[in-house]
Amino acid sequence: MGLPLLDCFLNAHGNALAQGAPLPLRFGAWMWGCGVNPERWTPSSEGTDFELPIELQALDRELASGAKLRDQVSILSGFDVRLDGRPNFPHTAGLMGTLTGSLPLQDYTVPAPTLDTIIAAEIGGSTRFRSLEMSCTGNPNQSYSFESQSVFNAPEISPVALYTRVFGPEFADPNAGPFTPDPRVMLRQSVLSAVKADRDRLLQRVGTHDRQRLDQYFTSVRQLEQQLDILLAGPADLENCARAPTPGPESLGTEVGQSRSTNRLMASLLSFALACDQTRVFSMMFSDRISGLRQAGSSAQHHQLTHDEALDPAIGYQPEATEFVYASMEAWADFVEQLAAVPEGDGTLLDNCVVFGHSDVSLAKAHGITGIPMMIAGTGRGTLRPGVHVRGGTSPSTRVGLTVQQVMGLNVESWGARSMEATQPVSEILV
Amino acid sequence: MRTIHVTLFRLTMAAGLLLLGAMACSSSSPAVPVDPGPVALRRLTAEQLNHSVQDVLGAHITVPSRIDPDDRRSGLFAVGASFASVTPSGFEKYEAAAAAVAEQALDPSHRDELVRCQPIRMDASDDACARTFIEQVGRRLFRRSLSRAEADARVEIANQAASTLRDFYAGLELGLMSLLVSPEFLFRVELAETDPARPSTMRLTSVSMASRLSYLLWDSSPDDELLTAGENGELATDRGLTAQVERMLISPNLETGIRAIFSDLYDFKQFEDGLVRKDSALFPVYTQAMAEEAAEQTLRTIVAHVAADRDYRELFTTRETFMTRRLGVAYRLPVATAVGWEPYIFSEDSRRAGLLSHISFNALHAHPGRSSATLRGKFVREVLLCQDVPTPPADIDFSIVEETQGELRTARERLEKHVASPACSGCHTLTDPIGLALESFDAIGMFRSEENGAAIDTSGELDGVEYEDARGMGQALRDHPELGPCLVRTVFRYAVGRDPEPGEEALLGSLAERFANSGYRVTELLRAIVLSDGFRRTSGPRDAEPSGEAS
Repeated sequence: MGLPLLDCFLNAHGNALAQGAPLPLRFGAWMWGCGVNPERWTPSSEGTDFELPIELQALDRELASGAKLRDQVSILSGFDVRLDGRPNFPHTAGLMGTLTGSLPLQDYTVPAPTLDTIIAAEIGGSTRFRSLEMSCTGNPNQSYSFESQSVFNAPEISPVALYTRVFGPEFADPNAGPFTPDPRVMLRQSVLSAVKADRDRLLQRVGTHDRQRLDQYFTSVRQLEQQLDILLAGPADLENCARAPTPGPESLGTEVGQSRSTNRLMASLLSFALACDQTRVFSMMFSDRISGLRQAGSSAQHHQLTHDEALDPAIGYQPEATEFVYASMEAWADFVEQLAAVPEGDGTLLDNCVVFGHSDVSLAKAHGITGIPMMIAGTGRGTLRPGVHVRGGTSPSTRVGLTVQQVMGLNVESWGARSMEATQPVSEILV
Repeated sequence: MRTIHVTLFRLTMAAGLLLLGAMACSSSSPAVPVDPGPVALRRLTAEQLNHSVQDVLGAHITVPSRIDPDDRRSGLFAVGASFASVTPSGFEKYEAAAAAVAEQALDPSHRDELVRCQPIRMDASDDACARTFIEQVGRRLFRRSLSRAEADARVEIANQAASTLRDFYAGLELGLMSLLVSPEFLFRVELAETDPARPSTMRLTSVSMASRLSYLLWDSSPDDELLTAGENGELATDRGLTAQVERMLISPNLETGIRAIFSDLYDFKQFEDGLVRKDSALFPVYTQAMAEEAAEQTLRTIVAHVAADRDYRELFTTRETFMTRRLGVAYRLPVATAVGWEPYIFSEDSRRAGLLSHISFNALHAHPGRSSATLRGKFVREVLLCQDVPTPPADIDFSIVEETQGELRTARERLEKHVASPACSGCHTLTDPIGLALESFDAIGMFRSEENGAAIDTSGELDGVEYEDARGMGQALRDHPELGPCLVRTVFRYAVGRDPEPGEEALLGSLAERFANSGYRVTELLRAIVLSDGFRRTSGPRDAEPSGEAS
């Protein structure tokens, strides 16, 4: 039976269970499409205490804890994607370079696993869900979590569906009284055992291409077996775990108000899911790399505006396209704020998270891949210094992915291919 | 919705069969040498899963729509299916769907149709009856008879579950689930074997041929007769194959197959999935229900055209279609039938003729707030003519296409800027003249004669043929020499689940010739494909690709 996690179960520092098991550390990626106006987004000074530039004003928020949101987020500017002579496929090269460390040889292809799946492979094994993927534009084909070109982790697009998946009837609610294992769950396990017994018969009959696909299939079967094991074990002893409230009304689509609302609903559900240790890895796509976001009643979309809209000479940027940059940064702030609203240990859930916010390009108009805008929120259980602006000095954007992997406990000293290979983590944000 | 014109279909097909049978004998051209391609597992598409479940377990069953999206490659789900795998979250959804399907299949009001035996007791296991059930539905779901071990494992689950839950049918549910989540059901297993008549070559096994045929022609699991022919080795023989193919081509299920082919080719699943979204303030007429009817209109038009054994090319000029009252609002046409569909003929002087003037295409190949001549033209080039349109270069100077308020009012004016730039003109001269002919249809396919107060000029040319408007463009497309060969290539790719190998080009040429000689009859194309060595033979199992990134 699950018990509330009382303070006496925590160690003196409040950052670990008293028995010595630390509070879980989580990683998530949060992506928005079509970048920023670099000169309006980049802080003018490095280190802490920089003045928030106009396109980062969304971070000027006070959190429920009284802390400032900007002090929870580090800004990473001036880190580049390098092509090594490969084509700059618009909106693909910068994204894949940053998320996989490799550049694609063909458009719309995924050259290597994305960062979230690399981390999930290491730490996703002990939770009910290895990872949760989400998207705010209502399209199940759009998000950026890939194990390979053919293994795409399709996102949840509906907050209601996400709620049902995590907090539906199967959820072991720690506040729901005595726990009794469901005999049907055990029977479902025997169903999966029979499927596993089909494995050898089938593998004998297929070629190497299909063998890889079947290996992936059986990995997925094992993941569900583990999910059922966890369901049978009953609720975990976690102080702040509670069933999420059912999400409010949803409206799916690419109108920017819809995407922002979906982002908030999903962030709230995710914060409950993380507090209940249902997963430790997540990925959220706020907008597509070729951003289809739009304002109600407008004939133009964000991506199209970045190319078609005239640069206003008086102000030096595209005013209508830039509205979407503001909206994206507000959505990022909404997301981080939600994680910071959940108490955990002696701090908040965000303290035990590493959230990597990034886009696919810098200036979308030019498909710029130098200075990919990136941010890290959360202190990674005390391993990260938040609230810092770091200039990358044209070093590869993979340094951020390398840093994240190391903070998440992966034993890796370099990451990325050819001149995207990073060997130096971003030490300025490490404690 | 899916059962129109069945009678018509049967009659015309029967007539066509006699005629074509005669043609096949008279034109006994020497076999074209084929160096065939590999086989691979093919993951069932969402539609195929749906059809298979309904055909095998009961038409009343609703398969949950929440399964992973299909993988689209080379413009077809049918090709993506040869590469798709199953992710953890994808498998989670399959398992939940299997539970929902099994529950419906064995609910008290339907199970007697499915379970051909009575348990001794309702509240206990019954090994014999469970075995009867598992072997019977297992054969249809796995598309071959179960091995002893496969059946034993499922019977054991059913028995164990029946004892635990004290319910025989609840036990069967679990046994059925274990069939539905198996890779043997979720993937079509296509196997190669040495051809005893030509020992240096390989062919598909007769059992694999049963599935290959039924998913191509019916988009579903083989029926009992086809499976029996497959298991008896008949589908590896010319005679046995021909007999089954002729039976299948006159079956009413062929309509389902034809729909699936064109729906995949045109990417119409997007309508059903609610992904063709429009700005509701700009286009209040456009609703999800109307969008689905728009796709249905086009598919009905195609099915009726094919059923009537008409020339495929005339799909791009025909004024015959189907209409609902809801669609009538968008077409600005009176529709007599209050509820449901009626056959409809666009008037002689209508601006509409051919599939490309349908709402479906114009809405699909447009943005949420505006039309796109480029997307429409790209669709025609790539999908209907099988031509390559290169992707845009990364280093474009977009300042040339910036909107200068009020000056560029029509799409033509805006796009002419692209064509003036050498970096852009390479692709835009390929796509835009086609798409500009469709500019009289807005982002939801409603007719308009002006944009931003300026008259729309729909004139243009397609590979040397000039036209004044969408109807003229449809005629130019109809007469384009690559239209027929492109459909041959696409249906072949759809049939074998992969792009053609170089050693299959000669076959494609010969199939295109036969298609033309038949008067561009789609059913004759299907017959020619399934009887060809490209469909029946293989180089063996596909090898794994070297990983994309050499480290």
